[in-house]
Amino acid sequence: MREADLVHEQRLRERVAALLDRHDPGGDRLEWLRARFDAGLAWVWFPEGLGGLGLPRELQQVVEHELAHTPQLDTGVQGIGLGMAAPTILAFGTEEQRRRFLRPLWTGEEIWCQLFSEPGAGSDLATLATRAVRDGDEWVVDGQKVWTSGAHHSRWAILVARTDPAVPKHRGMTYFVCDMHAPGVDVRPLRQITGEAEFNEVFLTGVRLPDDLRLGEVGDGWRVAQTTLMNERVAIGGAPVRQGGGMAGAVLDTWRAHPELRTHDLHQRLLALWVEAEVTRLSGARLREQLAAGQPGPEGSGMKLSFARLNQALSGLDVELRRELGYDDWTFRRSDTVDFYGRGPGYRYLRAKGNSIEGGTSEILRNIIAERVLGLPAEPRADKDVPWKDLPR
Amino acid sequence: MTLLYSEVEEELRAAVRDLLADRCPPAAVLERAESDAYDPGLWKTLAVEIGVAGLLVPEEHGGAGASAREAAVVLEELGRGVAPVPFLTSAVLATRALLEVRDSAGELLGRLAEGRATAALAVSLAASPYRPGRGSSVTAAEGRLSGTVSGVAGAEVADVLLVPAGGNLYSVDPAAARIEVAPSFDLTRPVATVTFAGAPATRLGAVDLAGVLRYGAGLLASEQLGVAEWCLDTTLAYVRERRQFARPIGSFQAIKHRLADLWLDVVRARAAARAAATDGSALTVAVAQAWNSGVAVHVAEEALQLHGGIGMTWEHPLHLFLKRAKAAEIAFGTPGDHREALASLADVPGPE
Repeated sequence: MREADLVHEQRLRERVAALLDRHDPGGDRLEWLRARFDAGLAWVWFPEGLGGLGLPRELQQVVEHELAHTPQLDTGVQGIGLGMAAPTILAFGTEEQRRRFLRPLWTGEEIWCQLFSEPGAGSDLATLATRAVRDGDEWVVDGQKVWTSGAHHSRWAILVARTDPAVPKHRGMTYFVCDMHAPGVDVRPLRQITGEAEFNEVFLTGVRLPDDLRLGEVGDGWRVAQTTLMNERVAIGGAPVRQGGGMAGAVLDTWRAHPELRTHDLHQRLLALWVEAEVTRLSGARLREQLAAGQPGPEGSGMKLSFARLNQALSGLDVELRRELGYDDWTFRRSDTVDFYGRGPGYRYLRAKGNSIEGGTSEILRNIIAERVLGLPAEPRADKDVPWKDLPR
Repeated sequence: MTLLYSEVEEELRAAVRDLLADRCPPAAVLERAESDAYDPGLWKTLAVEIGVAGLLVPEEHGGAGASAREAAVVLEELGRGVAPVPFLTSAVLATRALLEVRDSAGELLGRLAEGRATAALAVSLAASPYRPGRGSSVTAAEGRLSGTVSGVAGAEVADVLLVPAGGNLYSVDPAAARIEVAPSFDLTRPVATVTFAGAPATRLGAVDLAGVLRYGAGLLASEQLGVAEWCLDTTLAYVRERRQFARPIGSFQAIKHRLADLWLDVVRARAAARAAATDGSALTVAVAQAWNSGVAVHVAEEALQLHGGIGMTWEHPLHLFLKRAKAAEIAFGTPGDHREALASLADVPGPE
């Protein structure tokens, strides 16, 4: 580690000690989280006053280590706010927007969701049809969104809407923060193959948003959304895993506890998946090292792809291993979060099917790798220069 | 442990890569493949001018005292070039074995480090850390060796044979052994059958052969990475140029997705190779071999398919890489052998 980093690290430790001196992590949870944010120890690479200290990102691990025994964020329920909304607000928000939103986002006082996909615009997100029309200092939003995780308990949403149908599809969109409590926002559950409804359809009818909820320039929504999407893929596939952890860990625990369930065929397949999980873990670790050293490599583009494949293969094997014909609970429920490890193997198998769809399908991710990382020529595009309103739908 | 490359490693890589680009592009390797597989002139330059022969030899014996990580980078480049030089056999395997008996082998280590001599460890490439004796029937009695080792790489160009027998390492003058080179599957790494009929041998000391093979297996993962990288890069260049149906074939999604998957396999092979070269534990070596062996073969096979008919010709050097990849898949344990080892190393026990 460089000398400057060692100095930073020392100062960080002192700062953490000072926080612990003044605030009792065993006391009120919210008071503690607010104090941690105000001390710049929420995300150290954010600017001062916004939960950070403007330090290199890798130093966050020092803070996490020191504060591991204190109340933690609910990264499930807060996932979209932390992983997608916060980096986008930091990159494109005004000073007022950053001050208004980041603190309650981090503490979990305000939960966020993401109003991106539409019934006709999933992988081809730029064809979205939800309209935002300017009316003085306000925008009036009409349209329908879908696959919105956690909309039912969200206070805010990040929203992409079409503001100019007369230009080609990537150019006529604008990015907003949507007030989920505004009149005209209607959230309806979508029951999934697991039985529960963790995501929703969201109908937006005459929803009025003040212009100061716009993020970035009018017409620049696609560029802003790219920041969100890139962060989303890292958030989904890039989390550090311990050796033999994650989904592999869930299967291994059963494997070790139940020798009577083992067969030679399952053993061979489990060992092959163990290897794949381990090399994936190692390349994630290598990616984080590259980022820390200021040499971001293209490896990140592949992390979500490998995560989805592994989760699906391992969860499928788990069902076979247990020979379990039952299911833990088909009751229609409004869940707060994806509880992979709190539920049974059947749930994990079914829920993991979404991993290769949500946040960019595996097919789209392969296209991105092929074109942006490997430099292969684009497929011919019929829609590139056509105004959105003239596209066949 | 860092999985990144250091500046020193990148400098070493650049030196080896420049030399190979100059002196042995794949077309030149192909040209000599059927006659004299090895390129002694190239080896001399690599060994003496760039100093790769003595990388793993400690400084007190005239080497560079480098770690496995530097040797791994050299192997990546040699793999990218299917370079016909005895680096893996002499500078890695034989050298590693000698380091265990260095009190009696200092002089030989010095000669190897300076590139004045080349050694070969008389083990079968089909031996593994789990079955180190596979392919060998050599026994020692009263300072003489008898028996046969099959599938030995680098023996025909070695000035010294290092022969493991009964837990000890012996040195033997190649003139005292019969070395029969038959056509090898891998044209750029020929193998020979070495027979000893009461050959006079000097006992150098005790050797942990499984440990030496594990070390070789860990580094072979970097060579396999290099083979896979060449196949991927060459295929990418080809599909960008080759046109069918009035488009570069690389613009077809069916082709792109296969290449994206191959790239992801190679990215993970790099992390696995770095981990094996850095910590060298039984577990990381088994992981790297279980993964990288398969990746090198798979990328070479896909490269052949995506090149179409030209990939099937002798004229295109791709087959050299496919042959190297397939032969290396078997060397020092198959992917299945390494996965099986992980059953105990990673506590994934089999059925009782």
